[in-house]
Amino acid sequence: MSSDTRVVVTGLGATTPVGGTVPQTWEAILAGRSGARPMEFDWVSQYELPVTFAAQIHTPPEQVLAKVETRRLDPSSQYALIAAREAWADAGSPEVEPERLAVAVGSGIGGVWTLLSQWDTLKEKGPRRVYPLAVPMLMPNGPAAAISLDLGARAGAHTPVSACASGAEGMGYAVQLIRSGRADVVIAGGTEAAVHPMPIAGFAAMQALSTRNDDPAAASRPYDTARDGFVLGEGAAIIVLESEAHAKARGARIYAELAGVGMSADAHHITAPEPEGAGASRAMLEAIATAGGTTADVVHINAHATSTPVGDVAEANAIRRAFGALADSIPVSATKSMTGHLLGAAGAVEAIFTILALHHRLAPASINLDSMDPQIALDVVHGSHRQLPAGDLLALDNSFGFGGHNVALAFRSV
Amino acid sequence: MAQSTQEILEGLAEIVNEETGIDTASVELDKSFTDDLDIDSLSMMTIVVNAEEKFNVRIPDDEVKNLKTVRDAVDFIAAAQG
Repeated sequence: MSSDTRVVVTGLGATTPVGGTVPQTWEAILAGRSGARPMEFDWVSQYELPVTFAAQIHTPPEQVLAKVETRRLDPSSQYALIAAREAWADAGSPEVEPERLAVAVGSGIGGVWTLLSQWDTLKEKGPRRVYPLAVPMLMPNGPAAAISLDLGARAGAHTPVSACASGAEGMGYAVQLIRSGRADVVIAGGTEAAVHPMPIAGFAAMQALSTRNDDPAAASRPYDTARDGFVLGEGAAIIVLESEAHAKARGARIYAELAGVGMSADAHHITAPEPEGAGASRAMLEAIATAGGTTADVVHINAHATSTPVGDVAEANAIRRAFGALADSIPVSATKSMTGHLLGAAGAVEAIFTILALHHRLAPASINLDSMDPQIALDVVHGSHRQLPAGDLLALDNSFGFGGHNVALAFRSV
Repeated sequence: MAQSTQEILEGLAEIVNEETGIDTASVELDKSFTDDLDIDSLSMMTIVVNAEEKFNVRIPDDEVKNLKTVRDAVDFIAAAQG
């Protein structure tokens, strides 16, 4: 194995606010359906939360997993396990030596539900009632460990943590695992389950969330002049990555190549993006360069585009900085307009959308873009989907996270 | 109030099922928690704590290691209920 080993995508899995599987999710994206809806929990009114809706999971894990699995796993691990099993089956459940199979699944926040509900248990009932599995459930590597146990992955189980770039970083790390020769196959992606009053209150306190409580489906509106923050989402997305040689030897269906990875850090501010997009553009250019391409080869970008007033402009500036005049005509999709922001799973979900856009040669239309922000000079796909050309194409998936993390993944069509 | 062996067994089986997914019918008096039912020490602690709440008894941590079979647990709970 070497740095020029080609890494390909052979399986897809996801559970998201708009679908319990990848086909369901993609169908919803093409139909322009929002996953945002009111939260019907007592705690919404109990704590007088300023935001009363979220893009909640479409298919509750209780409908998919065994009861004992939902009991012993934090929701973040439950989502990851559901997505991993779908991806693994989609890849044809490959025969692979356990010592050559790895996991790289990130999370932004980790087992926050377990942490806080067990804290409640401690306060209300005392230490003896704290669940003995509380610690392994709340640890951020819990999802990667659950997948490793379930599928018998022994080459390593890794958990990149970089806030909302975690899912993309998981996939980037997987490429490194394969190119460095440590694994032939990697189950990679991200997961998040933070629809809990505490993180919601925290995000609301920093005025990051949309407060369009009267119309949740219209709340996530990247690039629109009336955008007022992101919509919290939850779920997981996992892909199966393998060396091209391994995939071809077993006759696997190949969706796309994960050809390039770019990562950088802003070192600018703990939450605000660097406004000129220097770090983000470096990540994009690195992804394109490591894919062996040029900016002219890129025909589609699935943007991070969370629908925050500042973030969307900073990313647009970064794209402009990286692509120059080419940015006028690269179709950009902002799928968070439908899924909401899945935090540590966002980059992974959007990687799947990027892969499917190449696979079907179709850039999905964003929704809720009624009035383009004049500060945004991008060709944002909206109204109808955009056909992508034939031939050898590159597409980018951008992900950025609090802390100044920038990750760009470059996928190549096959 | 003291319950019958059968009542305790059924209640315990429900707790075991809830925690481990093991079928309630498999939770029989002569089964060993570890050897027959494959219940690990962490699950056992949860079962014990849930049994304390359900049967309104106290099962000291030191006592748990002596509860090798389902019968041991049922007998202990019955005695503790007095």
